[in-house]
Amino acid sequence: MTPENNLTGQDTAPRHIEHFVADLEETPLQATDKVKEDSAPSSLWGEAWKNLRKQPLFIISAIMILAVVVVSLFPGLFSQIDPTSEACQLSNSDGGPASGHPLGFTQQGCDVYARVIFGTRSSVTVGLFTTIGVVLFGGIIGALAGYYGGWADAVLARLTDIFFALPLILGAIVMMQLPVFRANRTVWTLVLILIVFGWPQIARITRGAVIEVRNADFVVAARSLGVSKFRSLLRHVLPNSLAPIIVVATISLGTFIVAESTLSFLGIGLPPSVMSWGNDIQAAQASLRSNPMPLLYPAIALSITVLSFIMLGDALRDALDPKARKR
Amino acid sequence: MATYILKRFLQLIPVFLGATLLVYFLVFSLPGDPIAALFGDKPVNEAVAAKLRAQYNLDQPFIVQYLLYLKSIFTFDLGQDFSGRPIAAVLGEVFPVTARLAVMALIFEAVFGIAFGLVAGLRKGKLFDGTVLIASLIVIGIPIFVLGFILQFFIGVQLGWAKPTVSAAATVQDLILPAIVLGLASFAYVLRLTRTSVIENMNADYVRTATAKGLSRFRVINVHILRNSLIPVVTFLGADLGTLMGGAIVTEGIFNVPGVGNRLYRAVLSGEGPTVVSIVTVLVLIYCLSNLLVDLLYAWLDPRIRYDS
Amino acid sequence: MNSSVHIKEEVAGSERPLLEIKNLAINFATSNGEVNAVRNAHLTVMPGETVAIVGESGSGKSTSALAAIGLLPGNGRVAAGEILFDGEDIAHASEKRMIELRGNSIGMVPQDPMSNLNPVWKIGFQVKETLKANGLPSGPEDVAKVLSEAGLPDAARRAKQYPHEFSGGMRQRALIAIGLSCQPRLLIADEPTSALDVTVQRQILDHLDKMTSELGTAVLLITHDLGLAAERADKVVVMYKGQVVESGPSLELLRNPRHPYTKRLVSSAPSLASRRIQVAKEQGVESDELLAPTEPVVVESALPEEVLKVEDLTKVFKLRGGIGKTTDFTAVDSVSFSVRRGTTTAIVGESGSGKSTVAQMVLNLLEPTSGKIIFDGVDTSTLNSRDLFKFRRRVQPIFQDPYGSLDPMYNIFRTIEEPLRTHKIGTKASREKKVRELLDQVALPQSTMRRYPNELSGGQRQRIAIARALALDPEVIICDEAVSALDVLVQAQVLNLLAELQDNLGLTYLFITHDLAVVRQIADHVCVMQKGKLVETGSTDDVFDNPREAYTQALLDAIPGGSLLLPPEVA
Repeated sequence: MTPENNLTGQDTAPRHIEHFVADLEETPLQATDKVKEDSAPSSLWGEAWKNLRKQPLFIISAIMILAVVVVSLFPGLFSQIDPTSEACQLSNSDGGPASGHPLGFTQQGCDVYARVIFGTRSSVTVGLFTTIGVVLFGGIIGALAGYYGGWADAVLARLTDIFFALPLILGAIVMMQLPVFRANRTVWTLVLILIVFGWPQIARITRGAVIEVRNADFVVAARSLGVSKFRSLLRHVLPNSLAPIIVVATISLGTFIVAESTLSFLGIGLPPSVMSWGNDIQAAQASLRSNPMPLLYPAIALSITVLSFIMLGDALRDALDPKARKR
Repeated sequence: MATYILKRFLQLIPVFLGATLLVYFLVFSLPGDPIAALFGDKPVNEAVAAKLRAQYNLDQPFIVQYLLYLKSIFTFDLGQDFSGRPIAAVLGEVFPVTARLAVMALIFEAVFGIAFGLVAGLRKGKLFDGTVLIASLIVIGIPIFVLGFILQFFIGVQLGWAKPTVSAAATVQDLILPAIVLGLASFAYVLRLTRTSVIENMNADYVRTATAKGLSRFRVINVHILRNSLIPVVTFLGADLGTLMGGAIVTEGIFNVPGVGNRLYRAVLSGEGPTVVSIVTVLVLIYCLSNLLVDLLYAWLDPRIRYDS
Repeated sequence: MNSSVHIKEEVAGSERPLLEIKNLAINFATSNGEVNAVRNAHLTVMPGETVAIVGESGSGKSTSALAAIGLLPGNGRVAAGEILFDGEDIAHASEKRMIELRGNSIGMVPQDPMSNLNPVWKIGFQVKETLKANGLPSGPEDVAKVLSEAGLPDAARRAKQYPHEFSGGMRQRALIAIGLSCQPRLLIADEPTSALDVTVQRQILDHLDKMTSELGTAVLLITHDLGLAAERADKVVVMYKGQVVESGPSLELLRNPRHPYTKRLVSSAPSLASRRIQVAKEQGVESDELLAPTEPVVVESALPEEVLKVEDLTKVFKLRGGIGKTTDFTAVDSVSFSVRRGTTTAIVGESGSGKSTVAQMVLNLLEPTSGKIIFDGVDTSTLNSRDLFKFRRRVQPIFQDPYGSLDPMYNIFRTIEEPLRTHKIGTKASREKKVRELLDQVALPQSTMRRYPNELSGGQRQRIAIARALALDPEVIICDEAVSALDVLVQAQVLNLLAELQDNLGLTYLFITHDLAVVRQIADHVCVMQKGKLVETGSTDDVFDNPREAYTQALLDAIPGGSLLLPPEVA
């Protein structure tokens, strides 16, 4: 059998090739490029929401976060016991669960359950406000650097590198030992310090997201319609860069809560007079071997809260990430 | 290649200078007298204070102070700590311990992270993958000091499988449990990074082409999927070495490891500004060097970087 | 070449088909349940024969071919039917058996040379492991031999290089070398050249033809271009929405298409259409396929005015080298041309020719290094910001990527309204009316207004982009590869729309493209660019009939189907 190829022109072994036509009824010709008109319009956010609603990870984390937020806003709804040190009875020291005190007592004789409930607020406040600050500050810096590029970008990139060289906890420790901060240890000092060392990550993410979008055809199209450069940043570039920022901000919220409790745990975060999980864990550390419960419960509350934000971030990433969406 | 490395090296210089300047500024120039703070609640002894000020050049303009400080860093003449010991000697004592701890943590997270990540990625969507993913989220979600206490309490105290605290010598055996705690969060990151990277590469065109060439599945996974997936993972691991050393404060505190973090923490609590600055400077230096290491690794792993410049 | 149709006897039964696909159905598992991608498909490849599967994206052509080498994506499966390779059903063969077959019995040349070579291994290594896996000698000289047979010069040295050091054409040669290195009996070539420049495409296909005919390899060629398929294959199989609608001898199919889809494809494929126009021209007939009507013969003075004039336009980019070093790269090198009102001028060139840079400068989005752009008598570089704002109303772009040119966050109403609002035109009500009119003009239902870009197809998005460009009643529209990413039929539809709008609104088009076949259909004037320079310019007829430059000739030759003897009445 001589192989046949049309380019060689050797028509030595001609074969019969059947001309087949499919049944028209089985292969009807449809109109070219018809617009579907039956379904309801759906935006990208709508699609993302539809995806999210189906994800168990999202549902679980959203419910848990909602619960944590409600507890931090209205702790009185969940416990009527005064958990402050003054109200604690030393006679209850390291006591086990009792009626009305389901989780037992701390070494100072405070009700563990009430302390866990009332400690929620400082964690949530620090996490939330640090995240807001970081997103605003880091977001603006990152967006400007990414969008305008040039020397501004170079300077800002180096600046973020400098802050990256000082990890969050390390930087916060150095700052918190300064006399001026040591003297004013409140939730807001902590927020300030965490913003100072926490913004580079969001800045970097925003910068990357903005760079990815800034040269998209729809931005060029807007520019050639006469939309000003700054306006197209606000109207087109930023809205399309939001997804990764939201994801990272959600996860960071968890990270900042950890940072607050870590600093408090190290004794340089919130002062002992402020109720916080970190302080409680610190206080319970000494009697860990004899009475682990006062350490365990705030630790569980802290872990569940942080885990909820990280799970939410993960679920959001799956729903919002354009790469994942394409697949 | 040489230009690339040189370029990366030059880029690190402003980072190092900037970070140390920042720390120096924070410790010595913000309101509040660091020397006065050294005396704590005791009355300030003016003679000693003046001597200390001269020792740290605090009577000089800020930028001169900083430059003199840099000089002292590079000549290892770091002055003395609160108890009168040379800081350089203190650093020489604590850094090897933390380095050992960090390297052990790194080995732990690399070996287990890559192995679990590879298997999870190859079995995307299966039971193993789902379990590992949820478990890694939990590990990331639980703060390191909580994890530390839990492991110390259950494995160290209750079960007695490992020593709950570390001896002064901080031997490899002593450090197993702390290293696992220190590396656990990064382990979860390595696992997830490997998994994502493996999944991405499994869908890559060149992997399909490799299969179409008639290669065995083993070869496709080893030579094509794993090799390419390791690029981002190895770079993460390199950068993590610096982070682990700087981030060992909590772990060292829980297990009482006589390392950098422990010393730094005590310096912070007692307000020893100079010691804090020295330790942080060395940590920044390690961060910069491990970043350079990452760049070298990256160039070694990815020929596209190696030849571009 | 390929001139006769062999409808002739063959001693029946003496020959067994090399590949026979019978009643094949392929399903994909998605989040919305199983989706059927291919059904009832059948095709036969005889030993040594070249068979082309033609279809648009989503027709199932690649899926069917991948099934034949057992490389369906993880969520795909053969739901029914048989794939017989030399009589053996491989549709449900074990992975072990497939590994035996791949490489030395069935080879593959993939589509995109940029992504199909592993970037971290040397080319030689990637050839070597192929030879080794299939039990062939794999020393350095064997590797070099394989590579040089695929037309790679200096193969021994090249084998030591990494993929990123290769050009696209060279990579594709390396992939062909890999695909044919074990002398398979069947080669699956999935759009093997569609990612390459047209002139390179032709060389590569010629070489592939030569090699496979020397080796006696049968080829299953997947392509979207009917002209290319007919030129290269003995037999063409047309797929449409997962089904085979027609198959038969190539020329027979072109001359006598019977299924309505094939008919439409034959009349829309730009390569075929441009060929027919050319044939008609040679016979002195006016082809009605010309979207740009030939200009009526007029005296010089009555020629339409020059609305756009480009003089000595140059753009030099500074490329950053090592530390502190910059090298100059001249992307556009003193280019001059002019565009007359109401006509279509095409700028043709391959990647890196600088054609898109010209478009960006004409749009005033990129500043020229030197030279002038004169729009309606005014040098655009002298415009102040207010005049520039007015200029924007008069010149509008349409871009290549239909997925990138609309903001995914804006619904269609906001997208089309944005230019009106930016220029503060009309009231809310009058703007809505205008948006509705514009949708009518681009033949989309008004209900599209409330939809988002992600709900529309590529062609529909491109119409929205056209509507947005038209919102400000511009005079000149710059189409930067505006139809290149579209499927053949959709492309024809959009081209028709553009031509119709030009007739009705008197628009002037500057049409940037790499595809001369499209130029033949739509343009009045052509500027050919090569490496930043304008090498030839003239009326479309002149350039196609009497190309003066060898490069233009090469581009013309590269239009697939040029060698097909097509009578103009075939359509």
